[in-house]
Amino acid sequence: MISSRIRRLWNAYAPEIVVTILLILAFVISGWREPRFLDAAYLFDRSTLYTEIGLLTLSMTLIIVAGHIDLSVTSIIAFVGAIIATLYSRYGIPFWLLIPLAPVFGGFLGAVNGYFVARRNLPSLVVTLATMALYRGMAQILLGDSSLMTPPDYTGIERVTLPHTYLHTPLVIWITLCLVFAALLHRTVFGRYITVTGVNPEAALYSGVPVAQTLIRLFTLSGAMAGVCSVLLLSRLGVARYDHARGWELDVITAVVLGGTSIFGGRGTIYGSVVAFLLITIVQTGMGVAGVKAEIQVTAIGLLLLLAVLLSRLTTGRK
Amino acid sequence: MNGINGAPLLRTTGLSKSFGAVTVLEDAGVELRAGEIHAFLGENGAGKSTLAKLIAGIYRPSAGQIERNGRPVTIHNPREATELGIALIPQEPRTFPDLSAAENIFVGRLPMRSGLVDWKSLYGRAEELLHELGVALDPRQPARSLSVADRQMLELAGALSLNAEILLLDETTASLTPGEVSRLEVILRRLSAAGKSIVFIGHRMEEIFSLCDRATILRDGKIVGERMISETSPEDLLRLMVGREIGEKVVRGSVPTGKPLLEVKGLSQPPLFHDISFSIRRGEIVGLAGLVGAGRTEIACALFGLSQPTAGTILVDGKPAEIRSPRDAMGYGMALAPEDRQKQGAFLPISLWENASLSSLPRLSRRGWLKDSVSRTLTTEWVKRLSVRCREIEQPLHELSGGNQQKVVLAKWLETQPKILLLDEPTRGIDVHAKTEVHRLICELADAGMATLLISSDLPEILALSDRILVLRSGRIVREFDRSEATPEAVIAAAGVSTGLPDKPRSMVA
Amino acid sequence: MINKLFQRREAPLLIILAALVTIVCLLQPRFLSPGNLQSVLLWLPLLIIVALGEMAVILTRGIDVSVGSILGLSGMMTAMALRDYPELNIYVAALLATGIGAFLGAINGGLIAGAGTPPIVATLATLGIYRGLTFVVSSGKQVDDYQLPRNLARWSIDGPFGLSIPPYVVWIALIVAAAMHLFLTYSRTGRDWYAIGGEPDGASDRGVPVRLQTFCAYVLSGAGAGLAGLLYASRFGTVNPASIGNGFELLAIAAVVIGGTSIFGGSGTIAGVLLGCLLLGVINVALAVLNIAETWQSAVYGAVILMALLTDDAARRRLMKGARHK
Repeated sequence: MISSRIRRLWNAYAPEIVVTILLILAFVISGWREPRFLDAAYLFDRSTLYTEIGLLTLSMTLIIVAGHIDLSVTSIIAFVGAIIATLYSRYGIPFWLLIPLAPVFGGFLGAVNGYFVARRNLPSLVVTLATMALYRGMAQILLGDSSLMTPPDYTGIERVTLPHTYLHTPLVIWITLCLVFAALLHRTVFGRYITVTGVNPEAALYSGVPVAQTLIRLFTLSGAMAGVCSVLLLSRLGVARYDHARGWELDVITAVVLGGTSIFGGRGTIYGSVVAFLLITIVQTGMGVAGVKAEIQVTAIGLLLLLAVLLSRLTTGRK
Repeated sequence: MNGINGAPLLRTTGLSKSFGAVTVLEDAGVELRAGEIHAFLGENGAGKSTLAKLIAGIYRPSAGQIERNGRPVTIHNPREATELGIALIPQEPRTFPDLSAAENIFVGRLPMRSGLVDWKSLYGRAEELLHELGVALDPRQPARSLSVADRQMLELAGALSLNAEILLLDETTASLTPGEVSRLEVILRRLSAAGKSIVFIGHRMEEIFSLCDRATILRDGKIVGERMISETSPEDLLRLMVGREIGEKVVRGSVPTGKPLLEVKGLSQPPLFHDISFSIRRGEIVGLAGLVGAGRTEIACALFGLSQPTAGTILVDGKPAEIRSPRDAMGYGMALAPEDRQKQGAFLPISLWENASLSSLPRLSRRGWLKDSVSRTLTTEWVKRLSVRCREIEQPLHELSGGNQQKVVLAKWLETQPKILLLDEPTRGIDVHAKTEVHRLICELADAGMATLLISSDLPEILALSDRILVLRSGRIVREFDRSEATPEAVIAAAGVSTGLPDKPRSMVA
Repeated sequence: MINKLFQRREAPLLIILAALVTIVCLLQPRFLSPGNLQSVLLWLPLLIIVALGEMAVILTRGIDVSVGSILGLSGMMTAMALRDYPELNIYVAALLATGIGAFLGAINGGLIAGAGTPPIVATLATLGIYRGLTFVVSSGKQVDDYQLPRNLARWSIDGPFGLSIPPYVVWIALIVAAAMHLFLTYSRTGRDWYAIGGEPDGASDRGVPVRLQTFCAYVLSGAGAGLAGLLYASRFGTVNPASIGNGFELLAIAAVVIGGTSIFGGSGTIAGVLLGCLLLGVINVALAVLNIAETWQSAVYGAVILMALLTDDAARRRLMKGARHK
């Protein structure tokens, strides 16, 4: 009886189980090699470096479950940051007014992707590759090669912690949004529509699922999340630059695929993505502690992505 | 001309094929002889295409044996079939649009000279082959600019270039114009005279009687007879094809009267269908018969908002209905169980209850939040009511047999509490028992007031269930039958199967 | 004859190109000065060679986003070899660069055709891996121009017959393009790529070795990017691990898509790809000539790709409509 339940759990959630075990292993190994890893204060402090990637992982999970991809999010981060910094420093618009506008800008840029994918039936891979260049380029037009400062009192709010805890603001936002996205994917009509669109878009259309609308909303959401990341990044770095967040899409997609989301769409959990993201964070922090340069860390992330895809082939079997 | 000891070129014995729990072909034995054109005849789902695909290596048999020239062979894939001199020409040819006509013929084995593609000999050989076939076609032309008929010729030429001795033509004439059909007939006769064995799959009696030497008739996955064409009549063959009783007769109540629930006026979407007008009353089942390609599915799709007709109005309950998407159609109480269950109806890797509740989510949720426990309960009820055979409702749909999958698709739509049910081939590819259950369900729903449009290639099904039958030919409604006046022969004649065919012919029942 | 020319898919591209050149000339007549022509010409070879390989991959319905990283790794390794072994013949170095690229491409091909990994995932992963390896092999240090042989730099300065326009690198690119055209026309592999992209299942049934030929496309894509790595060293003199080949995948994909190669596979011409490259090159120099900051480049490229996608989309719809009416 129990063994049959375990088998069923394994059949349904093998990738999530594997990545959880890997996370525990990574934690134990790194804690043994470097005792600082067992210090909560240190860990939470390091975590602020990766919050934006963690946030993008959540929305990218939804995108990939729907059978699509969004490579433009990192460019949206830079572009929205550039817009905000420009409006603030060149036009004197109060910064606090701009913060809530960031997700709106981002959402609009995402909706443009959504239009091309849903209404013009173009592959999201090529569309978002193009807007990746477009948005990054527009950030570059706004800022050139210079950095625009954000207000000094805004810089560093990511270091503010909840009273009596080690929890930094971005971490609190991230944990909250993890729960929100888990609910969104697994508990709402929108989430169910995303899943069935990923499983079989034609049947979804025939079943009365508003496929185009769902995709446009989804890409809008993805852009809006990039907008949120943008304000967090501005606070952390204190300046807006056109080359912010460049190359992060590799980490984000790696986390999603490692977490058991099928790159072909139709299957995935927020839990898996979160655990995989934590795993990547530990691996990267560990490499950082060991003195491995950031430029070289991408090799490890790339290898991890390959490992993830090959693992998912093994656990789900070849079709 | 025949093989060693006068053995046939190919013989099958006890050939069977099942997909999961569904047997689509059972114990089929045929002999293909050189110089003979052999028809495989049968209704939709009778197994004739399956038999051809087994011979051509597209499917692998579940049981049985194939002998080529008296020697048993195992054919794993189409390439091995090709090596054995067997080629299948599909209805919709698979063309490489950016390659030239000549390359389409020789793809995978282009003539080479010292490591380079020998274009001169390629075009030369292609020209020769096309000339032999009597097709005027520039081999240098890219295939994307060719008609379906010409592209079929390329497949045929490809098969001949491989010295194929056995040619299987699967519904090849279905999408051809009369002129193209007669050109094909001339070519096939010439090939047969040259000693090829040709299998012709189709239903149009006039083609079969003008072209074929022998016919094997299939019904419900079994061979029910073999006739020499010279010794038989169309009526005899039709009787064999459709002469079956439905497993269990369903009883329809009295014919409903009253105001129409769904009215369609002058609906057109050229070139698919023109000026379609009909109405369905509450509690009435209206059958839509016609050949494959006559526009039946397209009409259902237009009603359901999947495509936009260019003219005409749709009235629901006497009021004009504005339908631009399936959502809109559902708002008017419509539901569509689509033709291709696997592609358009089912979500195979996800659970039964997620499938069954999908179209009713707006009702099975509150402010966007799913009420999954309600969905599960309702699905459990449907499973009981439709006697879906499954272990549990958490099971992924792909573990169920075709008939049970279809019941889940129907449950998905019944859950939306529709008033108008559009059923496109509701029993295609499901076993006899499940079929009877679906028939009973359709009648029960009608008795409870459902207005049903039943599209089916299964003639006995449409005759048994429908209160009225509309016959479609080339996108137009050509006849309407009352229940009392509808006979298989009359409906087939109206659909254009055995008559002279004034306009574009299409083949009956895929 | 003229009619036939206009039916070709390259025709609108040619018109856009001509219009663009005319407008820029009217606005700034010195656009056609030898100096500017030279800068267009110098800009092209790298892109052409990488784009041709990318085209092969896109023909098979795939995508290779690792070409920029392959260019980087192979360029870095070859530059280091030339620095550490000054007696190394630069033609041998060209072979070495191509070989390294082909090997890296073979890894992509193995992952995709062998292990069945989706192209985007496999090449995104190797994009990261190769980029990191560039740092590992170079220890993060750049190779300077004085460390490279003089005759390598001459490839980008001098041309044959004592003419400096066009320089050798342009000839190399044109020879590669011509070779690629012949390869696509006369080799079985080239023809099979069109078949695979047009109808993968049909190709496999007809005996096309789909996996082998798909593998070959990625090897070729890698080889092109590898050779481009050496040309990069010739063109720019210094090879810096942080910048070499960065973002090149985008330019290559842009050139291919703009050149009318369908992103749905099976269709495309060398002439189109060359025109696509030329259009990007003209845009690049036009921006500079018109005193529009270089910062506009990326945005303009993005916009041009989107427009190309929309026309591809429109062409596809027209074709499908035509097919249905037949």
